Amino acid sequence: MTAVAGSHSIGDIPGIAALKFDNVSMTYPDGTFALDSTNFEVHPGEFVTIVGPSGCGKSTLQRIASGLSKPSTGTVTVDHDSLGYVFQDATLLQWRTVRKNIELLAELNGVPKAERQAKARETIDLVGLNGFESKYPKQLSGGMKMRASLARSLVLDPKLFLFDEPFGALDEITRERLNDELLSLFQRSGFASLFITHSIQEAVFLSTRVLVMSARPGKIVGDFAIPFEYPRSPELRFDPAFAELCGDVSHALRGAHS
Amino acid sequence: MSLTQYSDPEAPTTSIFAKDDLAQAHEDATAPPQYKAAKHWSEYAGPISLFGVFVGFWYFMSYWGLKHLFGKPSFLLTPPHIVIHDSFMMWINTKPLLEALWLSTRVALVGLIIAIVLGVLLAILMSQANWIEKSVWPYLVAIQAIPILAFVPLIGNIYGFNFRSRVIVCVIIALFPIVANTLFGLLSAERGQHDLFTLRGASRWTRLRKLQLPAAMPAIFAGFRIAAGLSVIGAVVGDTFFRQGSPGIGILIDQYRSRLNNPVMYGAVILAALLGITFFIIFGWIGKRVIGSWHETTRKTS
Repeated sequence: MTAVAGSHSIGDIPGIAALKFDNVSMTYPDGTFALDSTNFEVHPGEFVTIVGPSGCGKSTLQRIASGLSKPSTGTVTVDHDSLGYVFQDATLLQWRTVRKNIELLAELNGVPKAERQAKARETIDLVGLNGFESKYPKQLSGGMKMRASLARSLVLDPKLFLFDEPFGALDEITRERLNDELLSLFQRSGFASLFITHSIQEAVFLSTRVLVMSARPGKIVGDFAIPFEYPRSPELRFDPAFAELCGDVSHALRGAHS
Repeated sequence: MSLTQYSDPEAPTTSIFAKDDLAQAHEDATAPPQYKAAKHWSEYAGPISLFGVFVGFWYFMSYWGLKHLFGKPSFLLTPPHIVIHDSFMMWINTKPLLEALWLSTRVALVGLIIAIVLGVLLAILMSQANWIEKSVWPYLVAIQAIPILAFVPLIGNIYGFNFRSRVIVCVIIALFPIVANTLFGLLSAERGQHDLFTLRGASRWTRLRKLQLPAAMPAIFAGFRIAAGLSVIGAVVGDTFFRQGSPGIGILIDQYRSRLNNPVMYGAVILAALLGITFFIIFGWIGKRVIGSWHETTRKTS
């Protein structure tokens, strides 16, 4: 096994982490202490996943990373113009066709029409939405909506993708297929990822690194390098080494919550 | 640079997914196809039989019910065929009816259009800040709650008793549902959708144009439909109150009533009803054209 996780040759040079949390804490105005002095970095080429139970501040962390929320203390370093995001819901605009939805972010960025249309066409191919370009969101299944949501950000060629439990609402089979496809995209497009989930299996399968978060106030209490080579075959899920790593992560999670 | 150890310069530009994956993906789209079947007979049966029941009940009341159930003279409720005959087959009566209909239609239409423009603009303004919304609401509720009769002398004294005054009555009556529905619609976009616009640094104007207004369309058209019916009521009620100037449907109803010309009075009532229904249908149709393709309703229709 090659240790891919450790090999961020570019990221090791200080200052060009795609995302850097430096002592970030978050207390909401109502007094909820959501996030406690969190430190981590995501480097180009890394796929970092944060696992934690519901309500541990994962989504808060993601909102801070995206710039939607300002942290109470600490600093976040990230290039907002090169971010992609997929939320828990697909958040497609119901009145736009798939094609127009996929163009939305580029449109908001002021990308010229011809350019964004070409880019959208390319991306539609990439995520397997051919034939659905003219459909409206109400005509799509949950999995297809997520593909469209992903494509919408892919159009921007993001350097860092933020995923906030994107497949949490999908059935196991669809979720696993979308995991496989996401990894293909990750390899192909080379974006760095910060992925949030409460599924340990999903975390280990996707990531180069898994961070374990404690219950509220959220704090990173475990850091696992995932050494499996890419491309990862779906069969990896049945590998004893995979199961063992899942076990370790699960152990750390339980340790953090007992 | 975004180049990393994972990117593959030789990668094909076609889909990264295997063929059968794609086929499977297509099967994934479990949303039902949109059937566009020919209309089944049952779609007509309902409206036609209910209409039959309505006409039958009318006959029943005018020939028997009114007298025996309520102890009132039968002539108060003219049977349908006499109403139709006297109102629409005797030119001497039909002519003033049609002229009045034309006037009332214009009043209602102009009033409705003004109410739509004013109402949507007001709702947009109110959606921009909480304090504007809070400041404006009491006045809207007031014009809705105060009986229109209370405004009539004021409006009559300022604008006289003709077209302009009647339009104003229409606007006052039709405004509220438009503002209320539009505002509700503008504030109904999901938080996640707003987040997207926030993340891309969208301006207020962009957010309004590309998110809030489209999201509001179903509610806006629901408001238009209610307002369309109300503007016809406004047109009829308005000239009933003013009782002066060239006659609209309302004035005619009042005149026929005082002359005990019941058949033609009911003819005028029927025209007012048809006018309201026509407005309602037109706005329903426009709404369907605008939002039908994407708006999700729970009722399955063709």
